[in-house]
Amino acid sequence: MTQWSGYFGLILQGALVTIELTLMGSVLALIMAFLAGMGRLSRFFLLRALATAYIEFFRGTSIFVQLFFAYFVLPLLGLELTPLQAGVLALGLNVGAYAAEVVRGAVQSIGREQHEACIALNLGRWQGLRTVILPQAFLVMLPTFGNNAIELLKATSVVSLISLADLTFQAQVVRAQTGNTMVPFTTILILYFILALLISWGVRLLERHLARGLDGVRV
Amino acid sequence: MDWDWDFVRQILPTLIQGVKITILATLLGSVLAAIVGLGIALARRSPSKAVSRSVGWAAEFVRGTPLLVQLYFIFYVLPDVGILLPPLVAGVIGLGLHYGTYTAEVYRAGIDNVPRGQWEAAKACNLSAMQTWSHIIIPQAIPPMIPALANYFIAMFKETPLLSAITVLELMNQAKSVANTYYRYLEPITLVGAFFLAISLCSVVLLRWLERRYGKIER
Repeated sequence: MTQWSGYFGLILQGALVTIELTLMGSVLALIMAFLAGMGRLSRFFLLRALATAYIEFFRGTSIFVQLFFAYFVLPLLGLELTPLQAGVLALGLNVGAYAAEVVRGAVQSIGREQHEACIALNLGRWQGLRTVILPQAFLVMLPTFGNNAIELLKATSVVSLISLADLTFQAQVVRAQTGNTMVPFTTILILYFILALLISWGVRLLERHLARGLDGVRV
Repeated sequence: MDWDWDFVRQILPTLIQGVKITILATLLGSVLAAIVGLGIALARRSPSKAVSRSVGWAAEFVRGTPLLVQLYFIFYVLPDVGILLPPLVAGVIGLGLHYGTYTAEVYRAGIDNVPRGQWEAAKACNLSAMQTWSHIIIPQAIPPMIPALANYFIAMFKETPLLSAITVLELMNQAKSVANTYYRYLEPITLVGAFFLAISLCSVVLLRWLERRYGKIER
């Protein structure tokens, strides 16, 4: 009879690493999404080109390859990263590229009249963006951001391949130690699913909170 | 560490071996995903509540858990219950099932987009349910969703490196094995990245063309 409680503790440790990665990756992705998304809408050609290159590169190559590049190739170029840093970097930059397109789409979906109203009120570009456009656009972005966060959560499983002890890695450890495959893998599948449900639930809650008072405004 | 063209020339044949497997896995996975997606979309419209609910939940579960863990599950757990699959078959099934749950949503939207009048006309012409689907609904629903489907197939293509985790000798695995043999990571991993970027950029052009050709919904 296997002592499952100890192994379950191991898997919970993995879950903590997965959650940590998801949170840190999401923060980086959010920052990159706004930088690149706004960059694509910039007046300056250089910024637009830079943002487009970033987005196309990270959407065009596989997350898996990016992670391996960050972990195995960057040290050769003189940038030594721990597995956690490499994981957060690759995940954040990859998902950030997808989310940047969401930012761009949402900002562009805000009607012309809002921009005109900003000019009429004599708001500067930055003021108008911060106080009028982005609060409305953010609400449009939220549901897709939720999906992106779930994608990021699922992508964290890949970091187990660069020896970071996340859920998937710990499941492999348990599998190697007990010889039982069914139990650890079923457990982590359910844990991942619960985490994904938590994210979509949290995003829905945030959306309802932010949409309060906007009922009459949005078409 | 410097870039070495001689080394590149030396490893290129091995990498091309891997490219073939990568493309094969993508094609087979796409076909399976297209079929599975249609099956799920039809099952979710089933008049029986039990069928549509359970299929809906199963799809939700598959979509909320990482592909890597699903691949492990198919490759390592199924042999416990007596289903022993070769790596490539397990990989294609994993890709097909995972992306099938995504394409199901595309099919759902495509089917919902067929105007009500078409359903009524089919009924007026006394077509059976089977005839209505195969002659009226599906032929009209498919063309507008081709770009969205192609989008998921490209996404699947970028997920194929995960198959290396279940010992399929695709591009990533070949690159890793040459890297481990010669202890040079820079060239193999960079080439893999360049290859994925090249194919993705080409497929973006193809996608734009598909969008122009099929994307418009005629009313």
